[in-house]
Amino acid sequence: MRRARSLLASLLPGLVSAAGVTVYVILLMSVESQAGVVALLAAGVLAVLAAARFGAVARVARAFAEQENYLNLMVILAVLAVTGFFYEDHFVLLMVTTVIVYVIACLGLNLQFGYSGVLNFAGAAFFGIGCYTAAVLTMNTPVPHLVVLLAGGVMAAVIGSLLILPVLRTRSHYSAVVTIAFSLLFKIFLEVNDTLGGPQGLRVAGMNVLGWEFNDDIEIGEDFEAAFYVSYAVVGLILLVLAFALVRRLERSWIGLNMDAVRLDETAAACFGLSIVRWKITAFTLGNFLIGVAGAFYAMMIGFIAPTNFTFGDSLILVSIVLLGGMGNPWGLVVATVILIIVPEKLQAIQEYRFLLFAALVILILLFRPAGLLPRQLRTYLPGWQPR
Amino acid sequence: MSDAAQGLLVSHDLTKRFGGLLAVDSLELEARRGEILGLIGPNGSGKTTFFNVVTGIYPASAGRVLFDGEDITNLSPQAICRAGIARTFQRSRLSLSLSIFDNLMIGNHLRLNQGLWFNLVRRQAFEREFEENVARARELVKVFAPPLADRMFEAVTGFPMIDRRRIEICRALISRPKLLLLDEPSAGMTREEMTELMDDILEIKEHVEDLTIIIIEHEMGVIERVTNNCVVLNFGQKICEGTYQGVAADRLVQEAYLGIE
Ligand SMILES: Nc1ncnc2c1ncn2[C@@H]1O[C@H](COP(=O)(O)OP(=O)(O)OP(=O)(O)O)[C@@H](O)[C@H]1O
Ligand SMILES: [Mg+2]
Repeated sequence: MRRARSLLASLLPGLVSAAGVTVYVILLMSVESQAGVVALLAAGVLAVLAAARFGAVARVARAFAEQENYLNLMVILAVLAVTGFFYEDHFVLLMVTTVIVYVIACLGLNLQFGYSGVLNFAGAAFFGIGCYTAAVLTMNTPVPHLVVLLAGGVMAAVIGSLLILPVLRTRSHYSAVVTIAFSLLFKIFLEVNDTLGGPQGLRVAGMNVLGWEFNDDIEIGEDFEAAFYVSYAVVGLILLVLAFALVRRLERSWIGLNMDAVRLDETAAACFGLSIVRWKITAFTLGNFLIGVAGAFYAMMIGFIAPTNFTFGDSLILVSIVLLGGMGNPWGLVVATVILIIVPEKLQAIQEYRFLLFAALVILILLFRPAGLLPRQLRTYLPGWQPR
Repeated sequence: MSDAAQGLLVSHDLTKRFGGLLAVDSLELEARRGEILGLIGPNGSGKTTFFNVVTGIYPASAGRVLFDGEDITNLSPQAICRAGIARTFQRSRLSLSLSIFDNLMIGNHLRLNQGLWFNLVRRQAFEREFEENVARARELVKVFAPPLADRMFEAVTGFPMIDRRRIEICRALISRPKLLLLDEPSAGMTREEMTELMDDILEIKEHVEDLTIIIIEHEMGVIERVTNNCVVLNFGQKICEGTYQGVAADRLVQEAYLGIE
C-alpha cells in the first residue's frame, strides 16, 4: 500500500504533464480560427516558461527518468487518446501519422549525427528511396507489405553505402557537401527517370497486412465507423515504439558510448583502439535503414509520391528537428517534430514561409540554446540502476 | 628477436618532418622494462611529436619503432593500443560531456564485448559485463583518485584540472598497458597538486607490476623525484641522456634551457 502510494507520488508529475499535453494537443487540433490557434500557442509557450521558472519542468524530467516504463506507456496512451478522439477526422489523423513518420526518420538521423557526428543532409533522399521502393514493390510484386517496410529500409541502407567513403572522411566537411549533392542529384534522377514515373511520380498501393486492408474505413457493428487513417496511426505507433526502443538500447550500450567517443574526439578514441570506420558505418547504415522504413510506410499511407516530396529543403527540416529537439535526445525529437510539423499546418499564415521559419528557429536555437529544447542527459546504461 | 636485454620501447633513427621542419631528428631512444623514463627539452623540441609517432597518430618520415621486440612503425593507433601502449594527452582530451565512467570505458574499449547482438539483444549478459566493469573502474579509481570513486557517474566538466588528469591517467591504465606515455601531466597545476601527482605516479609504479612509463615534463622537480633516467631533446635531436643528476649537470642541456646558441 505504502509502496503503491509512493509510486503514485513519483509518477504524478509525469502523469499530470502527459495528461495536460494530451488535452492541449487535442484543443490545438480542434480550434479552427487562426486567432484561436495563435492564442493557444501563446498560452502553451507561456505555460512552459512558467513551469520552467517554478521548477516544474525539472520535476517532470526527474519523474520521466525515474519511472521510465510507466511514463513511456503514458505517452503511447496519449497518442492513442488523440487518435481516438479524432477517429473520423482525416486531416488530424494524417497529421498525427505524419508526426510519427517524421519521428522515426529523425531517430535514424539522430543515430548518425546526434550520436556519431556524421552529417547527413540527404535525409529526404533516403526517405524517398524508402518511398519509391514501396511504390515499385507494392504495385508490381506480391511481396507482403511488412516485408516492403523492411525492403525500404534495406534499400536506403544499401544505396547509402555508396556514400560511405566520402562520409568517412573526417577532415573538412566532405560528408555535408556530399550528402547535399546526393540529395539534389536524387531529385533530378527521379524527374528524368520515366520508369519511376518522372516528374508525375508513382502510385503506391495501400498497406495490407494479413488481409487487413488499411485503406478501408474501419466499421465496427452498425453505427461505428472510423477513418482508415486510424489503422495507419496505430501501426505507425508500433513502428515508432520499435525504432525508439532500438535507438535507446543502442545508446545504453557500449555501442552508444563508441558513437559518442567518435563524435567527441576521433584521435583519442583511436588511441584506445576504437575503430572509427566501424562505428561510423554502423551509425550511418542503421540510421538510413530507419529513415527508409519510415519512407516506405509513409508512401503506402499517402498512396502517391512524386519527386517534389524529396527536396533538399525536406532534408533540412529533418536536420532542424534533430537540432531543435536536442542532439542525441530521442524525447527531444518527439517534442521538436510535434512543433515543427503541427504548428505550420495549423497556422496558415506562416505556411508559405515555413522554410524561413525553420531557418530562423535553428539560428535562434544555436544561439540561445545550443543543446536544444531538451538537452541530452548523461547515459544511464540500465534504467533505474543505482551505484552500490 | 625479443631478448630481455633489449628495452621495451626502442626507436632507431626515428625522424618526423613537417614540411621543412624536423620535429624529431634521427632519434635513438630506449625505455627499459619497468623504468620511468623522463623525456625533457625546451618548448617545440619534439617531445609530443615523438609520442604522436609512437602511438600512430602521425606516420614516421624515417626510422623504426620497436615495441616488445615487434616493429610497430606506422601501425594504426588501434593496433598500437592493442599491442599494449596507452597514453595521456598534453591538452586534456577527456570527453567532458560524458561521465567519468564513460571515459574510463572508452579506455577499456578492447576488453568490452562490442558485438551488435550482445549489446542490443543479450541484455542480461550486458548487465553482467556492465556490473563487472563498474567494479573494475571503481577499484582503479579508489587507488588513484579516491574521492572520485563515488562520483563516477557525474559529467567530467564538473571536475577541476587535477581530477581530470587523474581520470585521464586512469583511462589509460584501465586497459592494463605495458607502456604508459604521460604528456606533461603537471601542466596547469599548483605546487601542492604537483606533489600529489608525483605521489600518484609513484603509487602507480608500486601497484602495477612491470609497467614502464615515459613521462614528458617541464617541471624539473617532478623529473628529479619520479624518473630513473631521462632523455633530453633539443630541436628534435637527443642531446643528452642519463640520470637526472647527470643530465642536469650537462653543459649542452643548460645551454638548451637557457637558450644559448
Ligand atoms: N601537426 C603539426 N604540423 C606542423 N608542425 C607541427 C605539428 N605538430 C608539431 N609541429 C611542430 O613540431 C615541433 C615540435 O612540436 P612538439 O609539439 O612535438 O613540441 P614539444 O616538445 O611537445 O613542445 P611543448 O613542450 O611546447 O609541448 C614544433 O615546432 C611544432 O610547431
Ligand atoms: Mg608537447
